[in-house]
Amino acid sequence: MADLIMKDVAKAYGEVKVLSNINLDIKQGELIVFVGPSGCGKSTLLRMVAGLESITSGTLSIDGRVVNEVPPAQRGIAMVFQSYALYPHMTVRDNMAFALKIARKSQDEINAAVENAARILQLTPYLDRLPKALSGGQRQRVAIGRAIVRDPKVYLFDEPLSNLDAALRVATRIEIAQLKENMPDSTMIYVTHDQVEAMTLASRIVVLAGGGISQVGTPLDLYERPENEFVAQFIGSPAMNLLPGEIVETGPETVVRLSVGGLVRTAVPTRDSDKGLKVNVGARPEDMVPTEADEHLFEGTVGITEALGEVTLLYFDKKGEAAQVIAKLPGIHAGLRHKTLRLAADPKKIHLFSNGRSLLYR
Amino acid sequence: MLQQLITAGLTIAVGITAAFGYFYGSNILLDLIFPSKAPGDRGTRNIRRAGVIRPWLFVGPAVLALTLYLVYPVVDSIWLSFHGRDGHEFVGLKNYIWFVGDARIRAAFLNNLLWLLVVPAASTFLGLVSAALTDRIFWGNLAKSLIFMPMAISFVGATVIWKFVYDYRAANQTQIGLLNAIVTWFGGAPEAWITVPFWNNFFLMVILVWIQTGFAMVILSAALRGIPEETIEAAVLDGANGLQIFFRIMVPQIWSTIAVVWTTITITVLKVFDIVYAMTNGQWDTDVLANQMYVWMFEGGGDYGRGATIALIIMLLVVPIMIWNIRNARREMEGR
Repeated sequence: MADLIMKDVAKAYGEVKVLSNINLDIKQGELIVFVGPSGCGKSTLLRMVAGLESITSGTLSIDGRVVNEVPPAQRGIAMVFQSYALYPHMTVRDNMAFALKIARKSQDEINAAVENAARILQLTPYLDRLPKALSGGQRQRVAIGRAIVRDPKVYLFDEPLSNLDAALRVATRIEIAQLKENMPDSTMIYVTHDQVEAMTLASRIVVLAGGGISQVGTPLDLYERPENEFVAQFIGSPAMNLLPGEIVETGPETVVRLSVGGLVRTAVPTRDSDKGLKVNVGARPEDMVPTEADEHLFEGTVGITEALGEVTLLYFDKKGEAAQVIAKLPGIHAGLRHKTLRLAADPKKIHLFSNGRSLLYR
Repeated sequence: MLQQLITAGLTIAVGITAAFGYFYGSNILLDLIFPSKAPGDRGTRNIRRAGVIRPWLFVGPAVLALTLYLVYPVVDSIWLSFHGRDGHEFVGLKNYIWFVGDARIRAAFLNNLLWLLVVPAASTFLGLVSAALTDRIFWGNLAKSLIFMPMAISFVGATVIWKFVYDYRAANQTQIGLLNAIVTWFGGAPEAWITVPFWNNFFLMVILVWIQTGFAMVILSAALRGIPEETIEAAVLDGANGLQIFFRIMVPQIWSTIAVVWTTITITVLKVFDIVYAMTNGQWDTDVLANQMYVWMFEGGGDYGRGATIALIIMLLVVPIMIWNIRNARREMEGR
């Protein structure tokens, strides 16, 4: 019903191209998260959906209707801003009722909608307060309530948790997840730069980078089968280690000799012609395990350790040109500093990239 | 001419040197009298004492000047208002009784009320509209400069300019007044605008509105820019049109600034004298209190008693608005 389809959508400010080639098919009931580094255009894309930014080319359709030229209020969307954007001179009730008043709904209808939203968000005791008398979390809930009363087809969230402190952010994130659960039919688009929010909330994540879509997929898809080095390093923390090497054995399993020494076996299949191909081997810090065996992925001296209790992060001394290798071992490991350690990883968890793209996708 | 310039320059130089010398010298003197490097307890005690005296040294000249030029005249005015023409014989409340009963004063008072109703409202409204509109056009800054320019003209200068606008020549002559030129171009008969009772008040008010709109626009434009962009975007998403956004989202958010602008102009209006004096001198039923004050004080030999009485009453009218205005401005600065 409320499908949202972007076809070749692009945005340019004069000569400067911000976004291009955006093709996206969002189904009703999905919670889509746009993530990407700052300046990748994720907020711009959301504002284009909202109608606050014009669409330079391509078409955007909601519910089968092309809405490129439809004014924001008639697109069937509602937006929650990062700064809440509450009307400071109106009470919570008036803030939520404003859109309905503008739409000339009857007083009964307005009251019912506002009280319903207030009940869902536990705002009933605060209905007659001004925004300045509310805490940050409450203000954010009012902003969400303002969206709910309009009963939109698509909810848009623009970094809604960025202004909250860490504890409140987690609590509000769970509230949003519950809200989504209670409204299974509503479509949501959520912009964030926080990959934890993306991983926990999304039914599908859209990774934006370099003015286009890098990859679209479920959170675990992106984690387990990243299409390119950017996604591989963007999802997961600390970022995936990338080590340059050369394919020495092909077949259903591939063997790569690393330029920093070490030999690694991976479950990524390769063709005969791939022999000798320069590749980057990707291994997530949490997939690296210490080993005594001869066949190892990496051997290095531990430079710095960070003990977080549940895990210990090991930062190895840099070897030549290669980027610093980080390993994440479960539990507490004391006394590893300045020791030389050998690491291996499960072949199923080793990724291969050639020219930045994964060999799984070709 | 050159002589005057040299004198002026010299006065400025001497004044600034004296002021600088006073602050610098008195500061050094204070430190000499209470040396902070004195041994033991005396040192800290000296610092404390010097700290108590220093502010008074620094604000002293300003306090003196204020006393001489503000407090003393007020006290003297109060004293004068209980005395006769020449300021010697005590007359009690006679001047105040005269003020309440006099027909010309009452006419001036009513005109003042009219000014109070029209000018602040018109200036603030036009200032708000021009602030909102000039923010939207590419030549907005030029428009703003043009609207603001009358602020730089003295009231008398502005009145002279508008005298030409309202100028009247007999019907068979070429009209050099802008207004009459337009009227005759449309086929109407020329009119001596500033002599038309009642309406001529408005012709005078236009001058002050013309001057004050620029002031209102500048302040309100800054306030409008302070409104968070997101609240406006949220209103757009909520379906509000331009007018609804302006009146229901933007204006309420700058309400306190509007109040400050309004009251500031109100105070200016209560003091308005130059425009009336230069344009009509109160003739043709255009008199206002401040002009009456001037007339009684300095014309026809001068009646210090009545002049002072009118001045005091104008002051009493301004004070409450002033207090409210200062409070409001302060609250604004503290971010409410």
